Amino acid sequence: MLAALLALACGGAQAQSKFITVASTTSTEQSGLFKHLLPIYTQKSGVEVRVVAVGTGQALDMGRKGDADVVFVHDPVAEKKYMDDGFGVNYHLVMYNDFILIGPKADPAKAGGKDVLAGLQKVKAAQASFVSRADKSGTHAAEVRLWSLAGVDIAKDKGPWYKETGSGMGPALNTASAMNGYILADRGTWLNFKNRGELTILVEGDNKLFNQYGIMLVNPAKHPHVKKDLGDAFIAWVISPEGQRAIADYKIGGEQLFFPNAR
Amino acid sequence: MNPLLDAFAGALALIASGDRALLQIVLLSLGVSLAAVVLATLIGLPLGAAVAVARFPGRQAVLVVMNALMGLPPVVVGLVVYLLLSRAGPLGPLGLLFTPPAMVIAQTLLIFPIIAALARQAVEDAWAEYEEQLRSLGAHGIGAALTLVWDIRYSLFTAVLAGMGRALAEVGAVMIVGGNIDGVTRVMTTTIALETSKGDLPLALSLGLILITLVLALNAAAQMVKEAARKRYG
Amino acid sequence: MSAILPLRLTDVSFAAGGRTIIDRVSFELSAGPSTIVLGANGAGKSVLLRLMHGLLAPSGGQVAWLGANAARARWMQAMVFQRPVMLRRSALANITYALALAEVPSADREKLAREALRDVGLADMAERPARVLSGGEQQRLALARAWALHPEVLFLDEPTASLDPAATREIETVIKAFDASGTKVVMVTHNLGQARRLGDEVLFVHQGRVAELTPIDTFFSQPASAEASAFIKGENPWA
Repeated sequence: MLAALLALACGGAQAQSKFITVASTTSTEQSGLFKHLLPIYTQKSGVEVRVVAVGTGQALDMGRKGDADVVFVHDPVAEKKYMDDGFGVNYHLVMYNDFILIGPKADPAKAGGKDVLAGLQKVKAAQASFVSRADKSGTHAAEVRLWSLAGVDIAKDKGPWYKETGSGMGPALNTASAMNGYILADRGTWLNFKNRGELTILVEGDNKLFNQYGIMLVNPAKHPHVKKDLGDAFIAWVISPEGQRAIADYKIGGEQLFFPNAR
Repeated sequence: MNPLLDAFAGALALIASGDRALLQIVLLSLGVSLAAVVLATLIGLPLGAAVAVARFPGRQAVLVVMNALMGLPPVVVGLVVYLLLSRAGPLGPLGLLFTPPAMVIAQTLLIFPIIAALARQAVEDAWAEYEEQLRSLGAHGIGAALTLVWDIRYSLFTAVLAGMGRALAEVGAVMIVGGNIDGVTRVMTTTIALETSKGDLPLALSLGLILITLVLALNAAAQMVKEAARKRYG
Repeated sequence: MSAILPLRLTDVSFAAGGRTIIDRVSFELSAGPSTIVLGANGAGKSVLLRLMHGLLAPSGGQVAWLGANAARARWMQAMVFQRPVMLRRSALANITYALALAEVPSADREKLAREALRDVGLADMAERPARVLSGGEQQRLALARAWALHPEVLFLDEPTASLDPAATREIETVIKAFDASGTKVVMVTHNLGQARRLGDEVLFVHQGRVAELTPIDTFFSQPASAEASAFIKGENPWA
């Protein structure tokens, strides 16, 4: 009876013996990209791609511990350290999307416009509620870098107006929506986000909001069990013209989300 | 419109649509939690019965620990199991992380204390009633405990149900050790968490209603079994 | 014939929770007369009964079966309590359970169990769930269960205290039948009329000590101890 129960439990996870584990981020998953992209790859290669979606920090950590075969995140600074420390090989740029500054339609801090740095300075000046993910994610790292470029040492200068939720993009957006606050988000999660309340895009298109994605194989020298061949095949496909086209084809409401830039 | 009514309508629509993905998620939830309950009962029930009947130095401390473990935070259990099953951890070579068996292991560890503690209470109460007579007849030790456990099996069923309810409802443990992988380790609770964080609250609510209904149905069925048994055996 | 009796208690004491409940008692029970244990509430009768049966271990002194078959003493005695404790099984199954514990061969168990049920007048209740029987029926079932092993000694702790007069009479009939067939009856009761109906001798317990062990008629007409006198009068103020 126990065997039957376990078989039932694994029912969905069919005995598809060929699979790889990819550590990626919640924002990428919540954008819906994987639901679009992965079936195409599985159809073509017969290999199942299992994505574990966590924060960028945790995804890179999974790579360090060897709990994944491939890491696919968007934090170039953290990725470089990871690669320099020897935890990854076969690194490639994949695509970029952008961040946007979101806030209440009424925009009490007058942060809207074309310049994200100016917008952030205005939010701080007005001490308007700002929601930060504060979770070592790529988005969080980008947010902190933008504050720094705007001349704000956010770790020192934050006040009660700066709300650190320690959560993923979706929950942070929920919080911002509930308190009508400002937040930096990735476009993919925003387009899929349904609980917008009074929130709208206030700043976009500033090239400082560029969000670059990288993919790398977990170093088999450090973790011999890593599925090197299957992992490399997946990476090769993602950066191939076919894979890049599949990425570009992903649209929400007719809008393209990710811009392939593999070299 | 009323979000709760929306959720009801949504739930019915979901069920009626016979969505294959939803069915897979529900079956996986049931499978994982059922397997965990079976294992937890195999471990926890004898343990609880033994502690109920035995007398040994430090017994009071054991009781305190058993009762306290009922409140183990799922996310902590998940974290501990994750560290054990991670490739960097002691059981890494088993390659169990991010699979349904890992979820079963985590849930088993989470709920066996509940079953053990509740079983201990039920057996201890019954032992007070049965002890003299059983010993007079010549039963003692494990034999007496087993006779007792079999006799009060329908009360013990309640302890098992409590464990089942906890397993079906938790999200912290299965999220961490399962990874919420689409089509592989995604269960009802992790799906609800995901849809909530995507801001799709109506869908999350609908799934929540389905989950609650499932648990209600399980409990109703169990209650009927108990009633039937009570009528038969007194 | 007598395989385990006589039963000798030598300087037996029992203490619990800092209190001495049984205080250095010595006496001997032999085969034949049915013994009624009498005494005021709290005198220690029930504890004494359990010490004799072996449910309690004495804190001092010795409880010894002196018969030829003393090694089998555990299986040659049985006890019926004030409230019968039945398993959630049929009446028959409760008896076969006891027989199984005594390692009676499985081929014989059902036959012996049905005989015992017949002997107490419960033959047509064999398949009914034991717990749905009335109080009196359950107590008769407890007696049948004790009887099925044909024990040499039957201990009873106020077996009819919770029963109505009709059920009480039924139980007394069964006990008398067991006594007649050679089983030694040792019974605690508060019912003096019952004592006279069923007993041959009285073991009178007062504050944890055995004050007398005398034939029943002597006990009621010429009690040897002042405590016994007071007890009889107390229980029967109109005597």
